[in-house]
This record gives sequence, C-alpha cells and structure tokens, in this order.
Amino acid sequence: MIKLLLRNSKEKIIYGLIISSALITMGILFWIFIFIVMNGMPHLNLQFIFSNYSGEETGIFPMIINTLMVIGITIIIAVPIGISTAIYLVEYAKNGRVVNVIRFSVELLAGIPSIIYGLFGMVFFVTILNFNWSILSGTLTLSIMILPTIIRTTEEALISVPKEYREGSLSLGASKIRTIMKVVLPSAQSGILTGIILGMGRISGETAAIYLTAGMVPRIARGILESGRTLSVHMYLLAKEGISFEEAYATATILLLLTLILNIMAKILSRNQES
Amino acid sequence: MNIENETLKKKLISKNRMAENIFSKIFFLSALISIMSLIVIIVFVFAKGVPAILEIGLMDFVFGKLWRPSSNDFGILPMILGSIYATIGALLIGVPIGILTAVYISEIATKKIRRIIIPMVELLAGIPSVIYGFFGLIVIIPLIDKGFDNGGNSLLAAMIILGIMILPTIINISDASLRAVPKEYRENSLALGASKIQTIFGVVLPAAKSGVLTAVVLGLGRAIGETMAVILVAGNSPQIPNSIFDRFRSMTANIAIEMGYAFGLHQEALFATGVVLFVFIIILNLGLNLFIRKVGD
Repeated sequence: MIKLLLRNSKEKIIYGLIISSALITMGILFWIFIFIVMNGMPHLNLQFIFSNYSGEETGIFPMIINTLMVIGITIIIAVPIGISTAIYLVEYAKNGRVVNVIRFSVELLAGIPSIIYGLFGMVFFVTILNFNWSILSGTLTLSIMILPTIIRTTEEALISVPKEYREGSLSLGASKIRTIMKVVLPSAQSGILTGIILGMGRISGETAAIYLTAGMVPRIARGILESGRTLSVHMYLLAKEGISFEEAYATATILLLLTLILNIMAKILSRNQES
Repeated sequence: MNIENETLKKKLISKNRMAENIFSKIFFLSALISIMSLIVIIVFVFAKGVPAILEIGLMDFVFGKLWRPSSNDFGILPMILGSIYATIGALLIGVPIGILTAVYISEIATKKIRRIIIPMVELLAGIPSVIYGFFGLIVIIPLIDKGFDNGGNSLLAAMIILGIMILPTIINISDASLRAVPKEYRENSLALGASKIQTIFGVVLPAAKSGVLTAVVLGLGRAIGETMAVILVAGNSPQIPNSIFDRFRSMTANIAIEMGYAFGLHQEALFATGVVLFVFIIILNLGLNLFIRKVGD
C-alpha cells in the first residue's frame, strides 16, 4: 500500500532514508547490548559478583552494595520533595509568577550537566558542610539532580487523574488534603512509581557527579559519612585506566542488565496505568 | 446534645483546616526547594570560579590557547572549541537520524511496531553514559584507527558517540510533538492530492517545528554537558583540533580529569571552566524559552 503512495524515485529515496534511520537506531541498541553482553558473560560468575576488590580479589560486591545504598538514600531524600512539589504545582498552585519561577527552575535543573552538579556538590557538601567525599555528599547531590525527573513524571500522573475523582470525593465531604491522599495519589500511583524507577536508573548510571562527591574507595561504605565507589564509577576507572577489559566487560554487563530490569519494571507499571 | 454535636463538628472542621494549612505549606515549601537548589548551585559554582577568571583575566582565560597549569597558563579556548565542534558533529549525526526515526514512529510504523520500537528508544535513553564511552572505546575507536590510522581517539569518535547518545532525546520529543499535530492536517493534505512524503515534510513537520526545535536544543545540551563518555574516546589533549581525526579535550573532560589532583588557582580555574559551561547552558535554555514563547503567541 505504501508503494502506491510514493510518487517518484525522490520519494522512494526519502522513504528509504526514514526506514534506514529507524533501523540504525534499533541496530545501535542491539549492537551495544549484544557486543557487551557477549563479551561480558564469560567473565561473569558468582565469585566476581560476591567477592571484594582488594589484593588478589577483583570482585564488584562492594560496588554493588554502594550503588544500592546510593540509590536507596537518594530516593528517600528526593521522592518526598519531588512528589510534594508536583502536588503543589498540580493541585494548589494558580498560574502566577511563583509557579513560573518554579517551573523554570525545574527545567533549568534538568538541563544542568552532571559534572556541574559534581562541582557544586564538591564545594558545598564535601567542603563547606564538611561531609567529605562520602555517600552523604553523593546522595544529596544526586537528590537535587533527579528532582526534575520525579517532579515531571508525578505531575503528569496527577494531571491524568480525571477531575471527576476529585469532585466526587470533595462533594462527599472529604477535605482537599484527604482527597489528595486517599483518592488522587492512589490513582496516580503507577505513574509516580514509573518516575521513581526512571530516577533509580538515572542514579545507577550516574558517574561524573558521584565521582566528584562520593569518591572512589572500593570498599563497602560503613556509614553515610564514608566514601564508597559505585558500579558506574568502577566501570569508568576500569575503562579509563585500562586496568582490565575483562572486568570492564563484566561490570558493563551488570550495569546493562540493571538498566534493562529497571526499564522493564517501568514499562510494566506504565502499562498498568494505561489499563 | 445538639449543641455538643455542633461544637464537635466545629472542632473537627478547625482541626481539618489546620491540617489543610500545614500540608499546603509543606507542599509549597517543597516546591521552593527547586528554586533554592538552583540558586545555591549557581552561587557556589560561580563564587568558586569567577575569582579565578578575574585573576587570570577574562580574555586570557576564554581566548587563551595554552592550558598548562604547571606554568600558570590557563587558557581554555581549545576546550571551548573542542566542546563546540564535538557538539556540532553530534547534532549533524543525531538530528537527521533522530528526526527521521521519529517520523517513522509517528507517521509510518503500525501500532504493533510502535509498541516495540518505543521501549527500545527508552532503553537507549537509560543506558549509562559510561557504557556508551566504553562502547566507543572498544568498538568505535578501533574502527576509526583501522580506517585512518590515527590511534582512534579523536573528535570523530566523540561526535559519533555523542550523536548516538542524543538520539533518544531527539526521538522522544520529536515523536511527541509530531503526534500532537491534529489528524485533520494530514487528511486535508492527502485529500488535496499531496503524497504521504509531501504531507510529512510539507505539513506535519512544519506544524511540529517548535517541538522538534526543543528536541534539538535539549540534545545539544546533553551533548555539550556529557563528560565520562567523551573522556573515554577523546584522547584529551588540550589542543585545538585541526581536523576531526585529531585528539581533543572538552570543557567537561577538563574538569573531571584534573579535579582529582588540582588545588589553588588550578582548582579554581577548573571551576571557572564549569562557569563557562554553565553560561552556555543558561543561554541555551533562555534562548529556547524565548523562542517557544514567541512561537506560542
């Protein structure tokens, strides 16, 4: 059918370009995944995952734990603030100057490169507040960084809750806050969770900002005031210093699998939202 | 009995009002955190960087061609140009492929294919930048080295990797704005005898132009701010590249590579590099905002 719609050879060429662009995009994704996983799998074993990184051992267990810790703490800090901001913007704010400034700030925060977040975290949290290179400095920095992601996805989820839900609840005599907590938020739940999971993906993949704030000590951090190397930073150091390509491939495979799992979770949740 | 009920009710209502008030204040204060964060970030990065610019001299810093911290030469022109060239290259690669992929997704693909390809683009967006850099290091660099015998680390390698990295941004936003174009536009154009291709390029894309431009600008922002992926493929020599086969260093790389051991004026000069990068990003965002407002009117 499409052939009938193409008038001449020029249109055929353009159509060909469109198709090849889509193929290139998908091809790159497959190329990256297959190449890294194929090379990483042979070096991936339980010992690699569960042993330390010191002396003879070249495992990534400390980095996995540090990464999970960073993800958890960042989410705990950023999610309440992000959701509250979105509630304010959608349920309370009337269009005005303050709202415009808030929106512009969120937009600009989303556009700031992670290395600048790193610089900021380094002066502010590491030096001035004297948290040193630590999980705390890293997670505080990342919290600001993922705020825009959380705010935007929550906003979208809140907006998509039908007006009638709110009106129904309010006309039954429920207060505004009760309506938000008992009716609006639960209806927007899967949209909000999708945003949180996307945020988790962003945290786990972040390198530049966390490298300048949480440091790179390859041990499990024994408290939030200790430095700890995350998987991405480990990956960067392995590749940059050319320490071991085998370890780099295997670490990259773990990071890719983590990305894949988080994406699938987000997809399942947003499908729930649709239905 | 009745009176008691009334007072109870009043008490409940006033308690509700209080809760209402407290919560709305909490929400408002949370919303202010974004503004405060932005201000604090700008203030502290500038406070640490601007004195260095003043000490080195704005002209010497921005237009100086020599970066040699050991002998107090702090010129970042090579890094500024490196970042700009790499970003332009990334746009040349990423924008056409990205927009055409978006056209495919929104105008040509069946619903079934769309449901497969969109999650794939999302996955591409989720891949950590350090993985893109690693991929560039082990795949793209050897390919370039084989073809041009230059060692592989080059502006070209960074352009390719950044071009790939900005694809999801460009595709997602272009696709959304293409799909926001009303169906009638397409139907009318087709009914007037235009072909599908003519409709896409003559009617749909022009109607979506502010969205597509937003996509390009956000892609630009992502490319100029990318750090780790660029470090892994650029070679990082602080010289002005003469061709796309030369090694180069971006502003972001300059900061990340030397921050580990820099102190004093050297460290402040790295913050100053961040200030210059920040100014680029702010101009980009303000420009985009102005443009969208103009188009919107």
